[in-house]
Amino acid sequence: MTALLKAEGLVRRYAMRRGLLGRSVEVRAVAGVSLTVERGRTLGLVGESGCGKSTTGRLVLGLEAPDAGTVAFQGQPMSAPGTVAWRSLRARMQMVFQDPLGALDRRLPIGVQVREPFDIHGIGTAADRPARAIEALRAVGLRPDQAARYPHELSGGQRQRAVLARALATEPELLVCDEPISALDVSIQAQVMNLLVDQQERLGLGILFISHDLRAVRQVSHRVAVMYLGTIVEEGEPDAVLHEPAHPYAQALVSAIPHPGRRGGRIVLQGDPPNPADRPGGCAFHPRCPIATALCAQEAPLLKPRAVDGRLVACHVAHGDALPGAGEVRRAA
Amino acid sequence: MSDIPMQDVTVVQAPPRAPRLRVPPMVLFGLGWLALMLLTAVLADVVSPYAYTALDLRNRLSPPVFMGGTWLHPLGTDELGRDVLARLIYSIRMSLLIAFGATIIGALIGTTLGFLAAHFRGFVEQVVLALVDFSASLPFLILALAVLAFFGNSLTLFICLLGLHAWERYARIARGLAVSAGSQGYASAVRQLGATPWRIYGRHVLPNIASTLIVSMTLAFPEIILLESGLSFLGLGVQPPATSLGSMVGYGREYLTRAPWILLAPALTIVLTTFSVSLIGDWLRDQLDPTLR
Repeated sequence: MTALLKAEGLVRRYAMRRGLLGRSVEVRAVAGVSLTVERGRTLGLVGESGCGKSTTGRLVLGLEAPDAGTVAFQGQPMSAPGTVAWRSLRARMQMVFQDPLGALDRRLPIGVQVREPFDIHGIGTAADRPARAIEALRAVGLRPDQAARYPHELSGGQRQRAVLARALATEPELLVCDEPISALDVSIQAQVMNLLVDQQERLGLGILFISHDLRAVRQVSHRVAVMYLGTIVEEGEPDAVLHEPAHPYAQALVSAIPHPGRRGGRIVLQGDPPNPADRPGGCAFHPRCPIATALCAQEAPLLKPRAVDGRLVACHVAHGDALPGAGEVRRAA
Repeated sequence: MSDIPMQDVTVVQAPPRAPRLRVPPMVLFGLGWLALMLLTAVLADVVSPYAYTALDLRNRLSPPVFMGGTWLHPLGTDELGRDVLARLIYSIRMSLLIAFGATIIGALIGTTLGFLAAHFRGFVEQVVLALVDFSASLPFLILALAVLAFFGNSLTLFICLLGLHAWERYARIARGLAVSAGSQGYASAVRQLGATPWRIYGRHVLPNIASTLIVSMTLAFPEIILLESGLSFLGLGVQPPATSLGSMVGYGREYLTRAPWILLAPALTIVLTTFSVSLIGDWLRDQLDPTLR
């Protein structure tokens, strides 16, 4: 059985111009990402801002064409954006956005907007589409009378439910959630996450859950991938990755989760946040890595299973290819 | 109690969303005036007391009723004894046809080209932007003179020509707003639902930017009336014996001191009509926005 979604070696470059007459600089937002989403499972994708999480989400949905690499949905390669085949594929893969108010048309009642996927993909007859839209709203916990409301008349959580209702209306197989909860209050976040899990059980959804909130990712994911500067540096079971991260970046990320009663033990990274326009050679993380060695500056580590427990890590030190250094490489070089 | 079906409860809970439609008095005036103008234009043949070319040589330059004239010619006559009221009525028909026709043509062309530029980007966008710059930098009067001199004058051509007057404004607005809507937000959300470009632009982008376009149209409407007056004054617009508000003003200018009523009646009509269109456009923009209600 083929995986629901399989992405291999995705690369996405953007050209960025500096100044009025400056040369255009190539920015590699995504630099070789491979991932797999299974039916009924959730892959969490975490990383700091600007590490290429959202671009990866757009690439696997086929909203943008990758510069290199392939995306296969149920074994079929992705068609080019805007074609008829691509449009009809939208019924089977959907996206949930970070800002629900921006993702909804503020001039149409949400009932009409939830109905749109049926109109677009010709599902059901015109007569029973309003009833289907009501049903879709009910499935995410909105009242039928709220179908007549405009987006600005709803609360943040209700808007995100409406967005979810629209995304799930066609009963897709794949859902990409791009920071679906970061614009919501903490109390609403839990509701929306529970809703996602319920809908996943109901529909057997494969979910790519993109977030920078590690706890949210841990709550909903079956697997977790940690991204740094356009590459996945560690991937494994959420409990294992978030309890005992193997990659030094993942360790720093996990140690940044606030814990009541914990003293010390926080890894504070040195150096500047990474700039995708100016990628360091070797391991992209080595200038900030507290345990970087000379090897790290020369050779980029591959994402491969660790000998001990088979967890996927991209780090020379974690694989035992190098002894932990002191992170002095940056100053020496 | 718990047996009550969910639907019944929610129907009872549904808040009454009665649309409160309170029309401000000024807008009411504007609507009334515009309705009067439209009625006049449609029923010109019925309401006009005389034919607009009928001469009454015994009553030349007779003043209107309120300036000591007779009820025979309520708004007076011009130097050929033609009834000003009759000419005004036919002028309203002609000017409204030209102004509405040209405004709508301009908005259609401009919005379409703007959307095409926003949708295809790249080469199409460059071509549209070059046309916009060309159109914005060329004095319109020179273009109008050239076209009318080469192709002769007909009403259809004249309306189409005036339609080209302000299209570049709509094109700029439509392109800019469609690009910003497409890069993030509702348009990209609908696109990734699998919607066709027709649906994205017709159903989502157009209603969202309509308020800006409507304001632009209400600005262009008076301009076109005045432009028509100018061209008619130069002899390039509406050709005699046909008449328009602009040509009446241009013509009445010669009798400004002796018979000001020839000029005043059409001038007042232009002012009130353009004012009404602006008022209604402003009000309509607020009404079309559900977030402002």
